[in-house]
Amino acid sequence: MKISQKDVEHVARLARLTIAAEELETLTGQMDAILGYVDKLNELDTEAIEPMAHAVPMANAFRADEVKPAMGIERALQNAPVSGDECFTVPKVIE
Amino acid sequence: MNSRYEVVIGLEVHVQLTTKTKIFCGCSTEFGQSPNSQTCPVCLGLPGALPVLNQQVVENAIKAGLATNCQIAPHSIFARKNYFYPDLPKGYQISQFELPICEHGWIDIETAELGKKRVGITRIHMEEDAGKLLHNEVDSSAVDLNRACTPLLEVVSEPDMRSSDEAIAYLRQLHQIVVYLGICNGNLDEGSFRCDANVSIRPWGQTELGTRAELKNLNSFRFIKQAIEYEVERQIDVIEDGDEVVQETRLFDPDRGVSRSMRSKEEAHDYRYFPDPDLLPLQVSADWVTRVRDSLPELPLVKLQRYQDEMGLPAYDAGVLSAERPVAEYFEGLVALYNNPKVCSNWVMGEILGALKDKNLGIEDCPVSPELLAGILQRIDDKTISGKIAKTVFEEVWQSGKSADQVIEDKGLKQVSDSGAIEAIVDEVIAANPGPVAEYRGGKEKLMGFFVGQVMKASKGKANPGMANQLLKQKLS
Repeated sequence: MKISQKDVEHVARLARLTIAAEELETLTGQMDAILGYVDKLNELDTEAIEPMAHAVPMANAFRADEVKPAMGIERALQNAPVSGDECFTVPKVIE
Repeated sequence: MNSRYEVVIGLEVHVQLTTKTKIFCGCSTEFGQSPNSQTCPVCLGLPGALPVLNQQVVENAIKAGLATNCQIAPHSIFARKNYFYPDLPKGYQISQFELPICEHGWIDIETAELGKKRVGITRIHMEEDAGKLLHNEVDSSAVDLNRACTPLLEVVSEPDMRSSDEAIAYLRQLHQIVVYLGICNGNLDEGSFRCDANVSIRPWGQTELGTRAELKNLNSFRFIKQAIEYEVERQIDVIEDGDEVVQETRLFDPDRGVSRSMRSKEEAHDYRYFPDPDLLPLQVSADWVTRVRDSLPELPLVKLQRYQDEMGLPAYDAGVLSAERPVAEYFEGLVALYNNPKVCSNWVMGEILGALKDKNLGIEDCPVSPELLAGILQRIDDKTISGKIAKTVFEEVWQSGKSADQVIEDKGLKQVSDSGAIEAIVDEVIAANPGPVAEYRGGKEKLMGFFVGQVMKASKGKANPGMANQLLKQKLS
């Protein structure tokens, strides 16, 4: 096993996911199988191959520094569960 | 400096760029607008929105890199930095991690205590800012996403600084450079230039770094200095008490002059960076770098040296005149029209900067342009006016915006060099002061100054002082 239950719990916490105890074992097995599959790629010799950062062999998609109309406060907030005073309202953030 | 511990400081500076639009969308970056009025699907992080890189941001990053002696990477990529916070709608910040656009730079600094020093710059990368949280309610916070996606450069230094003074010198130098380049407005209050400081201490002679604390969001040079000094004392106390310094983020409270722990970075540090599939890799050609290099303005330290070496100005003058680009440009504009740098320097540092300060104006709003000021200086040179009258002319030019020649004519300020007219005044002065005349003739030659003063006064400053002096000498001998 490359993946332990602890790893799964850690990743779940980072992703803010709650995982039931009975799911933990299943998920651990599944993630381990996925990583094992990806591991197969390591069998290839990639020594002389440049790492790629993107699937499309292109670079430099730019836009000019020109202002475009914004979508408007009302539309920006329309999907917010709670809003007020032109802002999104969220539970109190304590630093 | 502490006798037992060496202080080690590294700085991360967030430089907000002055582009008109955000880094990945066309929303305006203007400060102080209604909350959420400058947002679109991209900066709100709505599903399916596609970020597209603002070319000017790349151009500005190259400028910053070149001005700080960095290597510009021919190939760089954007990455997602994953974390949850209410001011970050996507759940990740688009930043650069591996392959940033600039690396391996340095800037030179100088402090009274430790002298000259070269501070290394590890990297400069481009990233988007988060939104703003407003804590105005008891049980909720409000989120304004106008600032979300605003372009930032993060400038990361090597841990090369050894005192709070060096840290401040580095920051001032960096601040001066980005403002000179015109890529940042430099406004600390608005958060356009923000600093995080990594501070640790170690016993002298130890090469390994001590555990560091990260001081967050320090928004004035004074607070940064205070916060670093407080942190050094705090860490010394911790170690002297036999405890260990914990790696953590601390928030400085300038009102109370203390800092408090914000959150442990243990888990927060697991950002799971990966290349952002929404953005294509960035390639910067050698041509592009050359083009940007050719467009760079002369930088402040280079000006500082040139003003001394080529113009023969004292270090103090050169420092004042080169500190801000608009002042340097005004001064150079003046020297181009009136080729006596020291006289130009005296007028710019004295009259111009003095009057601007009194009126609380920037040099961009100076009513006396270099052309108008050169006009005044030329009239002193050709003896149309005396140096003293020139100050009156200056004030009048400032008020009216008229040329020196116009003011001199309108106000009848032309210097009197007609020997007949001056002679008449000299005669009056001699007649009116029999006492001093007798004393002078009795050998008290110092009184010449008094007589010249009287002539100048009687002529309302307009008499040519040289001629008055000569005529007085003739008449009194």
